[in-house]
Amino acid sequence: MTASFLGQDYLEIRDLTVDFDGFKAVNSVDLTFLQGRLHFLIGPNGAGKTTVVDALTGLVHGTGRAEFRGRDLLGMKSHKIVRLGVGRTFQTATVFEQLSVLQNLDIAAGLHRRAGSLLLARGKTPAKVEEALETIGLTTLANRPAGVLAHGQRQWLEVGMLLVQDASVMFLDETVAGMSTEEREETGELLQRIAGDRTIVIIEHDMEFMRRYADFVTVLHAGTVLAEGTVAEIQADPQVQTVYLGTVTEVAADA
Amino acid sequence: MTAPDAPKTASRFTPARLFSSYGALVAIGLVALVLLVWAPGSLSAFRLGNLGKYCAWAIAAVGIGLAWGRGGMLVMGQGVFFGIGGYAMAMHMKLEAAGPGGVPDFMTLYGNGTMPGWWEPFRSGPFTLAVIVLGPAIVSFILGYGILKRRVKGAYFAILTQALAVAFATLLISTIKQTGGFNGLNTFSTFFGQNLYDPQVKENIYLITAGLLVFFLVVVWQLYRSRYGELLVATRDAEERVRFLGYDPANIKLVAFVAAAVMASVGGAMFVPIAGIISPSNVDAAASIMLLAGVALGGRSSLLGPALGALAVGYGQSALSEKYPTQWTYFQGALFILVMLFLPAGIASIWPKLKALVPTKRSASPGGVGIEAEVEADAGAVAPV
Ligand SMILES: Nc1ncnc2c1ncn2[C@@H]1O[C@H](COP(=O)(O)OP(=O)(O)OP(=O)(O)O)[C@@H](O)[C@H]1O
Ligand SMILES: [Mg+2]
Repeated sequence: MTASFLGQDYLEIRDLTVDFDGFKAVNSVDLTFLQGRLHFLIGPNGAGKTTVVDALTGLVHGTGRAEFRGRDLLGMKSHKIVRLGVGRTFQTATVFEQLSVLQNLDIAAGLHRRAGSLLLARGKTPAKVEEALETIGLTTLANRPAGVLAHGQRQWLEVGMLLVQDASVMFLDETVAGMSTEEREETGELLQRIAGDRTIVIIEHDMEFMRRYADFVTVLHAGTVLAEGTVAEIQADPQVQTVYLGTVTEVAADA
Repeated sequence: MTAPDAPKTASRFTPARLFSSYGALVAIGLVALVLLVWAPGSLSAFRLGNLGKYCAWAIAAVGIGLAWGRGGMLVMGQGVFFGIGGYAMAMHMKLEAAGPGGVPDFMTLYGNGTMPGWWEPFRSGPFTLAVIVLGPAIVSFILGYGILKRRVKGAYFAILTQALAVAFATLLISTIKQTGGFNGLNTFSTFFGQNLYDPQVKENIYLITAGLLVFFLVVVWQLYRSRYGELLVATRDAEERVRFLGYDPANIKLVAFVAAAVMASVGGAMFVPIAGIISPSNVDAAASIMLLAGVALGGRSSLLGPALGALAVGYGQSALSEKYPTQWTYFQGALFILVMLFLPAGIASIWPKLKALVPTKRSASPGGVGIEAEVEADAGAVAPV
């Protein structure tokens, strides 16, 4: 995050298409993620939200262009994308359960270390890790195995891992799903705190959470962008209402 | 954002953790004391020789612990690397026995008495030592690179490595004129110029082997406490996640695979002067599995488990196979299955499990006791001892 990027770091996606054997899970999507705002990506189940992120992080093959800092992310290997500063979490939190919270963060902080230094044991906790522990509020649990963390704490640990790996673009896939109301609030505030010079993209189903914290919203539906704008604009959009009313009825019928 | 039972010490390594790390070093020291001081003083030459053989297996086992226990790679063909070291050493000793310019006896017996050109450099001791270390490193790097970069894992990885051991043994058996075939290489007279029948030389060879075992234990101790060690465990448990930390998991696993191969080779090399033979049956699939059995028994992801397990299985084999040569194989197979079924983390996992049963302040905390005990036990299996 050098000064020259400040205010102009962005991820520009043009004509992104992901084709699963003829089924276009993402179909010619254009998106621009700007620095410093909480950008929500919403849409009904199967809309292609996760697939967009998968394509941008090298997990599935996508066509089109996804430019970040002069590089096209499509076609790059996952670990190289991460090294470029694009990080993500997964729909199901995956922390290293047997390692302590501190170790989890330390490992995540290590990607820019020289290979030889990996053969040494950790001396004192790196300042970056200490700081991240503070930010995500897990300082008191630093030495506990991550496996004993509650659901919400795991998600925060994931965010902390992105912080220490210096991710300037963060894709958070359904981070607050399954969290209690207070946990959601803490998460929202955490995200607002760290948004600053980062580009944060949040995939979310919880409309209440989105209304409270979104700076910008993109609605995906059946692999295409249905609408974009502020929360108010999105809520007023009749197309979005139809899509969501449709799903809401379905969900209600299921239950 | 606080938990009820959070320890007071914050984000630093606690003294207890440091102790457990150095406590492991103390445990290695105890092993060293037993192997290097007590055993030579108390055991007969015959028993000491046997113990040396188990130590050679244990060196290979330490590597398996690294690759399998920590790296999650079920290496079922370590016999190949054991064999590279063993055969390199045996070739050198065969040439020593043949004398300057001489040809190993079996070549005149099975062939026309001419030696293949690739045997020639093994007359040199330094060359042989270099092959013992670099040979398996290069071979395992090439194999590992091909296998791991293609993301071959789990059962496929196991079967592939096992197939290599089968192929290696078959190759050896089919090349009787070059490698001694089914009989392997035996009848040596000297070890780097030292008379193999001299009891002092025998003891020295034992001491070198046991010393190498201790050395490799210290090496993996450092690896396990290093950031690399944590990364390796992380890769074992969630490879995809590690990829999204910006590392290429294949490279992380490759380091462990290569290190394990070198250890197996060194073990094989030391096995030869002690056992007085290396043959396909020491390096084939069954031999590879015997190495695994010891590691599984002792606890594959613990520091000392693989070595102690290998020593125990070696001892069991000698003790039982003399009385019941055929049954031993079945017994060993049954043992392997029983351990994998009922004690998947090996004997080393019993201690943390017992500890978890005793209600201490930490494990008796309310809520999530089940998970907590399990995690503590698992964490224990990974902890330095
Ligand atoms: N690997 C795959 N192969 C084939 N189809 C896939 C694959 N991954 C996802 N899909 C399909 O692509 C579509 C989009 O899935 P995706 O997971 O991106 O949806 P989503 O918007 O994240 O939904 P949710 O809110 O349920 O997480 C779905 O129809 C899904 O079944
Ligand atoms: Mg999804």
